[in-house]
Amino acid sequence: MHPVFKTVLKRLGLGVATLFVVSAIIFSSISMLPGDFGEAVLGQAATEETVAAFRDELGLDEPAVVRYFQWVGAVATGDLGTSFSGRSSSGVDRSRPVVDLVGPRLWNTLFLAGVTAMIAVPLALLLGLTAALYRGSVYDRAVNVTTLTTIATPEFFVAYILILVFAAINPWFPSLANVQADTPLGERLYRVALPAMTLTLVIVAHMMRMTRAAIINLLASPYIEMARLKGATPREIILRHALPNAWAPIATVIAFNLAYLVVGVVVVEVVFVYPGIGQLMVDAVTTRDIPVVQACALIFAGTYILLNLIADIIGIITNPRLLHPR
Amino acid sequence: MSDAPETYTASAEVGAVRVRRTRTQRAWIVLRKAPISAWFGLLVVTFYLTVAVFAPLIAPYGEADSSFAAYAPWSDEHWFGTDQIGRDILTRLIYGARNTIGIALATTFLAFAIGGSLGLIAAINRSWLDQLISRAVDVLMAIPSLIFALMLLSIFGSTVWSLIVIIAVLDSTRVFRLTRAVAANVVVMDYVEAARLRGEGLAWVMRREILPNILPPMVAEFGLRFSFVFLTIAALSFLGVGIQPPTADWGSMVRENASLIQFAQFDLRAAFTPLLPAAAIALLTVAVNFIVDWFLQQTSGLRDDL
Repeated sequence: MHPVFKTVLKRLGLGVATLFVVSAIIFSSISMLPGDFGEAVLGQAATEETVAAFRDELGLDEPAVVRYFQWVGAVATGDLGTSFSGRSSSGVDRSRPVVDLVGPRLWNTLFLAGVTAMIAVPLALLLGLTAALYRGSVYDRAVNVTTLTTIATPEFFVAYILILVFAAINPWFPSLANVQADTPLGERLYRVALPAMTLTLVIVAHMMRMTRAAIINLLASPYIEMARLKGATPREIILRHALPNAWAPIATVIAFNLAYLVVGVVVVEVVFVYPGIGQLMVDAVTTRDIPVVQACALIFAGTYILLNLIADIIGIITNPRLLHPR
Repeated sequence: MSDAPETYTASAEVGAVRVRRTRTQRAWIVLRKAPISAWFGLLVVTFYLTVAVFAPLIAPYGEADSSFAAYAPWSDEHWFGTDQIGRDILTRLIYGARNTIGIALATTFLAFAIGGSLGLIAAINRSWLDQLISRAVDVLMAIPSLIFALMLLSIFGSTVWSLIVIIAVLDSTRVFRLTRAVAANVVVMDYVEAARLRGEGLAWVMRREILPNILPPMVAEFGLRFSFVFLTIAALSFLGVGIQPPTADWGSMVRENASLIQFAQFDLRAAFTPLLPAAAIALLTVAVNFIVDWFLQQTSGLRDDL
């Protein structure tokens, strides 16, 4: 078997194993809850029978291992459980399946993240490349200071400054990004303009700095110096010599930042009241709606692990040194 | 040499101890060479710490004193107005410095205590223990820490203590990795071997042989970790699951006053009110980053542009 293939398989196996352990952690969180949370969910006035029925529904009388595998099986078939909210002490059950809550919001979040990625990735690569090429110039310094400042500022600060400038003082964009399922694409894009802009600013800073560092790292290697000494033009050096080796770090940078985007989306969604999965999770945490929290955490962690895995695999596949083992 | 020319020898001149500079003199020499960004960072941090320590003396009103009109505009009595239940914004900002920085500092110290000691132990005894901790850390780091923190907070509830412990444990993973990596280079040195052969215990080897030699990267990491922890706590408080009212805190202040921003066309100053705590957070993290940058250049010659 080709060694690259072997390494990729190993990474995949490790990724799946991580996902399982992570799901076990997320699952076991429910058993760390204080014992009387049946009453906490159903209210003080809950009768013995309602609490017992609730405990029964959660299957709390079965051993944890059994419950874990039942849960994993259910999740794998798309059943994320039933929300805690909407239950009352009298036993009337108006709770909704978690899938119904998560589904449309997940789509919204993916839309926002997708729009952001489409703007941010090319922009960051361009900025990073040019900053690396004109290293030490005024342009490089200006980009550097700006990005360092953006990285160090909380997302909600960036978001509120954008709201102040583009929504409050100049009413060009809506400050609330409320979209419905039937909002047409153009309107949808217009409404997510500010959240996407906020995320872009935050992501571009990270991505641009990492691209710049990766390229500079490459340009310092002896074979680039060799190319330079034999008289290759800068353009040739970048395109023929540096870029083939740069794909791996660049792919890593992109995937890493998309993973970062997954987390950044939480705060930004809350600022703009965007009906995404991040906001759902925060609301669920406030009301301690554990099934929803678990489902959201699982989705976030899964995406995060997947993106990092993709980055690793691209890094392995495109690395010329691994393709020709000694 | 001029006062005793007849006893002059070249070796005495070479061997003579030059005037030893005092600590302050040496510090001043280093500081004078510091770039403007580092100066700016030091000034900002000093200012914040002063405000945090002397908060009750500086603040014009009490921390939770809500005896004023709600949403008062900026005036002489209330420099930055009042919030939604009539608390003075300036007072809340000042107390917020104390609470937010204090909690972030406590969290960072705890994270370093956990991650640092585990990292040292893992580096010294490379056995199943090292493997066990390293794999556990890998798994913890596979979940985005904000998401993990949200999940744990929903279980343990949003008290200050659970906030500190949860974030400290989550951040200690990164401290662990760094400590283990730098300590691994030191553990193989001969003097560590000598100390162990001499019969020194684990604690001695950790504290006296290894720790002094890995201090510079650890101090730099402390600065960076602090700003990350600070941002995480601010974000959680902003989301409403971090530091709970009536404790004054910058993250939740942004959230509470956010609606004021919509009045920008009528009263621009009111629109700035929610930005003040956010700016306070941003300024501190930028300042800490500047100092860490400078510190790294000083201690290791490591530069941002490789």
